[in-house]
Amino acid sequence: MRTIRIGSGAGYSGDRIEPAVELAEKGDIDYLVFECLGERTVALAQQARMKNPEGGYDPLLEERMRAVLPLCAAKGTKKGIKIVTNMGAANPEAAARRTAEIARSLGLSKLKIAAIVGDDVLDACKANDLPIMEFEGTIKQLGNKLLSANAYLGAEPMAEALSAGADVVITGRASDPALFLAPMIHAFGWAMDDWNLLGQGTVAGHLLECAGQITGGYFADPGYKDIPDLARLGFPIGEVGEDGSLVITKVPGSGGAVTAQTCKEQLLYEVHDPRKYFQPDVVADFSQVSVEEIAPDRVRVSGGRGTKRTDTLKVSVGYVDSFIGEGQISYAGPGALARGRLALDIVRERLKLTGVSTSELRFDLIGMDALHGPQVSAHGNEPYEVRVRVAGRTENLREAVRIGNEVETLYTNGPAGGGGAWKSSRDVVAVASVLLPRELAKPHVRFVEV
Amino acid sequence: MKLREIAHSRTGDKGNTSNISVIAYDPKHFSLLQEQVTADRVKAHFAGVVEGSVVRYELPNIAALNFVMDQTLGGGVTRSLALDAHGKSLSSALLDLEIVPPSDK
Repeated sequence: MRTIRIGSGAGYSGDRIEPAVELAEKGDIDYLVFECLGERTVALAQQARMKNPEGGYDPLLEERMRAVLPLCAAKGTKKGIKIVTNMGAANPEAAARRTAEIARSLGLSKLKIAAIVGDDVLDACKANDLPIMEFEGTIKQLGNKLLSANAYLGAEPMAEALSAGADVVITGRASDPALFLAPMIHAFGWAMDDWNLLGQGTVAGHLLECAGQITGGYFADPGYKDIPDLARLGFPIGEVGEDGSLVITKVPGSGGAVTAQTCKEQLLYEVHDPRKYFQPDVVADFSQVSVEEIAPDRVRVSGGRGTKRTDTLKVSVGYVDSFIGEGQISYAGPGALARGRLALDIVRERLKLTGVSTSELRFDLIGMDALHGPQVSAHGNEPYEVRVRVAGRTENLREAVRIGNEVETLYTNGPAGGGGAWKSSRDVVAVASVLLPRELAKPHVRFVEV
Repeated sequence: MKLREIAHSRTGDKGNTSNISVIAYDPKHFSLLQEQVTADRVKAHFAGVVEGSVVRYELPNIAALNFVMDQTLGGGVTRSLALDAHGKSLSSALLDLEIVPPSDK
């Protein structure tokens, strides 16, 4: 039976780079996938592209490509490693051109780089004035606050690019598991209506897409769940057979661990109804999945299924939501908690007295109740130190600045011993979703050759 | 005993919804989880955090429960005022839940 090995080289845009180099050097992989595009990143990238028409792709594209392109390119009889990534963000074509320049500067040749375009569906969303899923309102009602609308594309255009001989495939918004499903569809010729195979392939992609989260990252809990050598955490490899069989593993000798436990945690990560994991290519069913440790750092995962895909694509809509102002200051030693509470009371009153206009406010004591609120945290003992945190939502930057200022002025006007004040104010680009009739997104592939 | 003694957990986020898995270390404890870690208890445990509904899904093949908690992430990860906007730390809070061992009942 034919098998391919897919390495996962990044779980988010800022992820470590050496584990991807390790995969390319020692992983014996056929494909290296970089998932680098967070929910709102494409909206921020769209703003960057408006300022610079050749910008709007992932800021670490250059660094990642320089690190792995020489290792991935075919040499003599050695077959190359194909790269698939969503680092195109808001401008896959510019990312492909930049990648070609980098390849030339590294002395590489005969590389085919594909850009997948067509995820930008802003015009189609406006023309149909689609309703927002998360709150009352429509696309048009966002008015000039609307920044971007990008559809989560499926695996088909990426698989098509690979079948046309692409060595590097760069997409913008696509479903994360689809980045991994595309090599399987290409390598095995899976039919786009073989729902069970696509469902099991989605299980593989879902498990791999957060990289270190399945090899022991976001997992360790000393004394309960111990993981060796986290500073050298290895990134995962999925061995996928043409019948959909799947083994999750990692480079021998790398840090971390692949166990039944790490696989189970990642299987349910960001999943709601396990029977209905909506993807552009399939509605995957994780409810019958089984995991089995077959050797150290080798876990077999089986039982993924699927049903027919829906008629719509999920679209991530970026919009200017609000501004957030924030300030922090610390208190320590005997009575720290009482002084922290007094500080919060002072800021609460000051914001009223000075008429700062906010739609939402939050008063935290970091070290006491900032993460889970006063009710969940009620049984905590008094800590040695606390950090006061006040955050508020405003309509403009000027008001946001005033929140941090009211915390900072506690230095000379607040309780005894306040130290390390810090403040920030920023605009908030948020994302919401709409469902777009599938036929209104028209993805296609463009090539750049080196 | 604490839930932490028999189960591990991970939080995920989508928009304003958080999901928390609860996975038995030993499959023999799955029925204990089914019996005692109910959606109502999870909702009560997260008083002041979960503003919406809590729905529980069961995955017997991997001895796991999945809790989907609506209106939990301060209006959504991309706009939340919270220090932990993703709610990554919620799983640790859930593992503090008190479980009655079978022999004590």
